Amino acid sequence: MITELEMGKAESELELGLGLSLGGGTASKIVKPGGGGAWGERGRLLTAKDFPSVGSKRAADSASHAGASPPRSSQVVGWPPIGSHRMNSLVNNQATKKEDDGKKQAKDDETKDVTKKVNGKVQVGFIKVNMDGVAIGRKVDLNAHSSYENLAQTLEDMFFRTSPGTIGLTGQFTKPLRLLDGSSEFVLTYEDKEGDWMLVGDVPWRMFITSVKRLRVMKTSEANGLAVRHQDPKERQRNKPV
Amino acid sequence: MDLRLPSKVLEHILSFVDSNEDRNSVSLVCKSWFETERRTRKRVIVRNCYAVTPEAVARRFPEMRSLTLKGKPHFADYNLVPDGWGGYAWPWIEAMAAKCPSLEELRLKRMVVTDECLEKIAASFKDFKVLVLTSCEGFSTDGLAAIAVACSNLRELELRECIVEDLGGDWLSYFPETLTSLVSLDFSCLDSEVKLSDLERLVSRSPNLKSLKLNRAVSLDALGSLLRLAPQLVELGTGSFSDKLDQEAVSKLSQAFSEMKELKSLSGLWDVLPEYIPLLYSVCPGLTSLNLSYATVQMPDLVELLTRCSNLQKLWVMDLIEDKGLQVVASSCKELRELRVFPSGAEGLNDTNVAMTEQGLVSVSEGCPNLESVLYFCVQFTNAAMVTIARNRPNLKCFRLCVMEPFAPDHKTQKPLDEGFKAIAERCKDLQRLSVSGLLTDKAFEYIGTHGKKLRMLSIAFAGDSDLMLHHLLSGCESLNKLEIRDCPFGDTALLENAAKLETMRSLWMSSCCVSFGACKLLSQKMPKLNVEVIDEHPLETRPDSSPVERIYIYRTLAGPRLDMPEFVWTIQKNPEIGVSHLAIK
Repeated sequence: MITELEMGKAESELELGLGLSLGGGTASKIVKPGGGGAWGERGRLLTAKDFPSVGSKRAADSASHAGASPPRSSQVVGWPPIGSHRMNSLVNNQATKKEDDGKKQAKDDETKDVTKKVNGKVQVGFIKVNMDGVAIGRKVDLNAHSSYENLAQTLEDMFFRTSPGTIGLTGQFTKPLRLLDGSSEFVLTYEDKEGDWMLVGDVPWRMFITSVKRLRVMKTSEANGLAVRHQDPKERQRNKPV
Repeated sequence: MDLRLPSKVLEHILSFVDSNEDRNSVSLVCKSWFETERRTRKRVIVRNCYAVTPEAVARRFPEMRSLTLKGKPHFADYNLVPDGWGGYAWPWIEAMAAKCPSLEELRLKRMVVTDECLEKIAASFKDFKVLVLTSCEGFSTDGLAAIAVACSNLRELELRECIVEDLGGDWLSYFPETLTSLVSLDFSCLDSEVKLSDLERLVSRSPNLKSLKLNRAVSLDALGSLLRLAPQLVELGTGSFSDKLDQEAVSKLSQAFSEMKELKSLSGLWDVLPEYIPLLYSVCPGLTSLNLSYATVQMPDLVELLTRCSNLQKLWVMDLIEDKGLQVVASSCKELRELRVFPSGAEGLNDTNVAMTEQGLVSVSEGCPNLESVLYFCVQFTNAAMVTIARNRPNLKCFRLCVMEPFAPDHKTQKPLDEGFKAIAERCKDLQRLSVSGLLTDKAFEYIGTHGKKLRMLSIAFAGDSDLMLHHLLSGCESLNKLEIRDCPFGDTALLENAAKLETMRSLWMSSCCVSFGACKLLSQKMPKLNVEVIDEHPLETRPDSSPVERIYIYRTLAGPRLDMPEFVWTIQKNPEIGVSHLAIK
């Protein structure tokens, strides 16, 4: 995974006891926005060019920036450094402020469901994913996905690494799963706003993301009798996740 | 003649030595003092749960009654530490259950606590009294029920900013009728509504209750009846302050507040309506601590409140207070020691209150002679303001400035904020904690390294030009204990040159910098007393040595590499077959 961030200097220059050169060092100010390779957005170092300067027009799409619009300070992970409880509270305040009309209730629920119960992520849309047999859960950003296939792919990558020689969180090598078509050992399920566990895929994507609270990759054998959309509420089972 | 102090005498003497710092010194004098000290220490604090094993701690301090633990690095608060990194409470609770069953108090910060943990606590420690969880996660309200039902001598149950799986408000009803020992209850971070009648009964049978912090779901109406049952409260966190009450209810509530003669600390106040602010006037003169950081109150109403708070020592507020409001604080709150101003806009810049500038903080620094701790979020700042603040308040111990726009220069001169931070570092000789922001060059860090001799904790983001920056800090700041850095452009050189320094510090966190994989390997090799953890969500096995790593967390430890690392945490011991990097070693 060679990327644009690879240092140009020869490795032999890294020595203990090497004197520092003024203003030099091995770091160079980087990088074009939207760098390629596996590093891409994640690994690049944000510099002053990425942020519109204070006092200038706030429009993030100012013409002076090449390429994709630069991240606003609120889009940078963990910045400004405010704890998650406070952030959630601010987000809720924002949502409430913006309402004037009948949209209020729906938006409140949406904001609350997707942000409030989330493990502290600022960005709306991160929800928890657990998998049977795996002690430690992960999180996935629903807003970064546009469809069930998309989401399933991400989850497969997350829990079942497919690159050669690596061991996924489950400790097994596997072929790509097919979480959505019922052909694999596992199915994808979700808990909705009412606390019911349902099979993923029955409702339109847009409806799904407003009602999902969290996900679980469940063993197919355990998923028998799991609620589908039209199930009688009396029959719902409350599965306490692992 | 045996000149040694008989151990009984020494024990007696040590019973007067409370501070752990002093006890640590005592334990270094000689073997017998070490033995006596360890057998008599009741309160144990482990500030990095991976620095030592639970078994070692339990073995050394068999008479432990109180244990305090911290897990994840501080930047976990801002989502910079991926889920599953670690910080599990279970091994500690298991070890203590086996070796120190007389444990009474547990205080955990930034740790993963499961329901199993809480059940284990409830089942194992017969005289359990105090549970304080700060920024913890991993448990549900079922776990709280387990604690409530079993701990018959419970005194304190506090959940501070925890992430709890909220399955409903039933947990509160599990406190038995026989429980009358409660002194402090804080469930402010929970969402669900608890049954008011259960809460009222609990409060009325708790004559020693001094601190009660309700969650948002407790209505204003309910608050009235609770206050009437507990006028002796010293600390109160209200619930939501926005229900529409009729005239009678309002005057009853007002009466309830005026009966609270002992109240020193007030918080909560979610959604407080301006017309209810006068309800608080009667308690204001007695307040030493006021947390308005969740109250969306505008400046004029805030001013009315704050002019009455002449004894205030600690004020947390949002930037809705504006410069004008801070001027009022400066003239009314002469006892102020700690000020925190939080942003009111979630969208960052666009919604941030521009009527609050650096001037507000300058006013407070002029008017409040005891001001020693500051946390200030604002859009922009100037060097001149910082110089003035430093001149006014050389007694500052904690200065955390967060200019929210990364790389923002002095908005009047467009220069970097180097000179401002220089003034702070130079004049505030007792400065122990510093967070910097805005546009900063390596010079700023040269100043901090030169002058910040008492500095213990330093947080840096989006700053500096090169390795020199880190070099200045690691070689200059003698007392440096915790350093956390994100998005700064330095690489390996300074880190490797100052490797020895890292053993004198508790921890170093670096994320989105330019530290290479090879340097991490080299550092791990040279410094066996450190755990060098590379936290990277892309696999490292095939990475070239020169490629930068996402995050690196380095801490000194007696426990060696930990056994509970997730896949995305790498240490040199994990993949020894990758071998040492072939970097040249002089």
